[in-house]
Amino acid sequence: MDKAHIKYTLSWATLALMIVILIVVMTMFDIIGPYGLTTIVLIGINLIAAIGLNLIIGMSGQFSLGHAGFMAIGAYATALIVTAVPTIFGFIMSLFVGAMLSGIVALIVGIPTLRLRGDYLAIATLGVSEIIRILIMNFKFTHGPAGIFAIPSFVNWPLVFGMAVLTIIVVVNLVRSPTGRAIIAVRDNEIAAESLGINTTKYKVIAFVLGAVLAALAGGLRASFIQSVSPQDFTFMQSITILIIVVLGGIGSISGTVVTAIALGILDVILQNFGSLRMVIYAVVLIVVMLFRPQGLFGRSEFSLKKMLFDSGGNHDKDHSKGA
Amino acid sequence: MAETLLKIANLSVNYGAIKAVRGIDFVVNRGEIVTLIGANGAGKSTILRTISGLEKVTDGTVIFNNQIVNHMPSEKRVRHGIVQVPEGRRVFPGMTVQENLQLGAFTVSNKSQNNSGYDTVYQQFPILKDRRNQDAATLSGGEQQMLAIGRALMAQPKMILLDEPSMGLAPLYIQKIFDIIQKIRDTGVTVLLIEQNANQALKIADRGYVLEGGKIIATGTGDELLSSSDVREAYLGG
Repeated sequence: MDKAHIKYTLSWATLALMIVILIVVMTMFDIIGPYGLTTIVLIGINLIAAIGLNLIIGMSGQFSLGHAGFMAIGAYATALIVTAVPTIFGFIMSLFVGAMLSGIVALIVGIPTLRLRGDYLAIATLGVSEIIRILIMNFKFTHGPAGIFAIPSFVNWPLVFGMAVLTIIVVVNLVRSPTGRAIIAVRDNEIAAESLGINTTKYKVIAFVLGAVLAALAGGLRASFIQSVSPQDFTFMQSITILIIVVLGGIGSISGTVVTAIALGILDVILQNFGSLRMVIYAVVLIVVMLFRPQGLFGRSEFSLKKMLFDSGGNHDKDHSKGA
Repeated sequence: MAETLLKIANLSVNYGAIKAVRGIDFVVNRGEIVTLIGANGAGKSTILRTISGLEKVTDGTVIFNNQIVNHMPSEKRVRHGIVQVPEGRRVFPGMTVQENLQLGAFTVSNKSQNNSGYDTVYQQFPILKDRRNQDAATLSGGEQQMLAIGRALMAQPKMILLDEPSMGLAPLYIQKIFDIIQKIRDTGVTVLLIEQNANQALKIADRGYVLEGGKIIATGTGDELLSSSDVREAYLGG
């Protein structure tokens, strides 16, 4: 059991390493230019935010439209702190502060709103996100609608890649932990979960807060990478952009989120050449996917190296034949 | 005199303007099977949900193990030993049988106790052991009901609340479920059972209460109620 576990942990690590080497080699041969690296960084940032949102929507089943607000908190925390303390230490601090702040806001907002269901929760979270944006627009220290410019950059693709991998590891492990099981149980059947002694509000709040923390992390990375933030970056459309990744990949599937974040990032690059037709094509892709795979590309299932590499197929069939 | 485990005194539960339960009293003694029978809408499920904390008490008291639990949140009641098997089975799809059971032991932190929980449940329900790595959604209705009961037992309850466990099951499984309920009682767990299948429920129950319109209209031992002409006429089909 443990040996097998090490085996596929290693194979995942190998996969991650191979991607890194691939990117490095492609950069060396100029297949990926600076523009390509920018795309990779933006994909990684969207990925972190989308995994956070999938934790809220997919794992705990709470429909949130407020992700942009939490990204804004992280982005402004980084923008303000890194401008004041332009060192790598300041940058790391700023990510922590942003994540903490975002988590606290999510906690305060989550405790009352997570008692709401479905559309009501979506409207409440959307409202919170807009409140955050409008506060930022009206505060002096956030420089109002103009935003903050010339933020020192500490972000490069290896950092974002590492953060994205770390995010995936943390979230996948969380989902498989007792806490994660409790979160999923609440999603699948709130009454059954409650009757087993699971404090349903608590586990919804845990997922919501963690999702908000990841959003803030993504926001912070983005602020330092793009080197500017403004309230217009965090409108409703930003929440929708992240939501599309989650829905398209499959609500509740981490692998789906990863694949879709990458695919949409690349699609974006390809469509650059089409000018204003770009948004039309993008929309058509979305419609087609939703028509033919309404559950998203992956549904709720996960990509598994274990099944691909180590499963002889025997184990699986045996279990099923017993069921028959 | 038997020791009282659960005492309901003058309990009323309203859903807004609708009075679902109107001032009822009953007791469940340690080690008993007690059944509440009655037609649809008599208030049976509401009483059960109130005992497990899923519904709020409007008036009266719920005393469990000599402690008033009126305002205790449901997850704490589980820790105190009240576990409900909700109506309609409600297993977690997408999780294996074993994972479902694991969630049942959510409130049990002691690992060795936990392992003995699996042993007890698998002994009681050998079919679940055979299917422990199977997705719970692929089980038959009867097996899902067994899983739901097994999952509740994982929490090591003092008292288990069963809401219509025979609903929608094949006759063969109905008999099995009632046998299991008796076995559960024999292991020392008190059972409060709600059933539309009054005939079967009264056969295994030590005592029963008949509900109508949110009130208790008759009470007695299982056999007494089975032979009572009023009850026979109203609920057992003459």
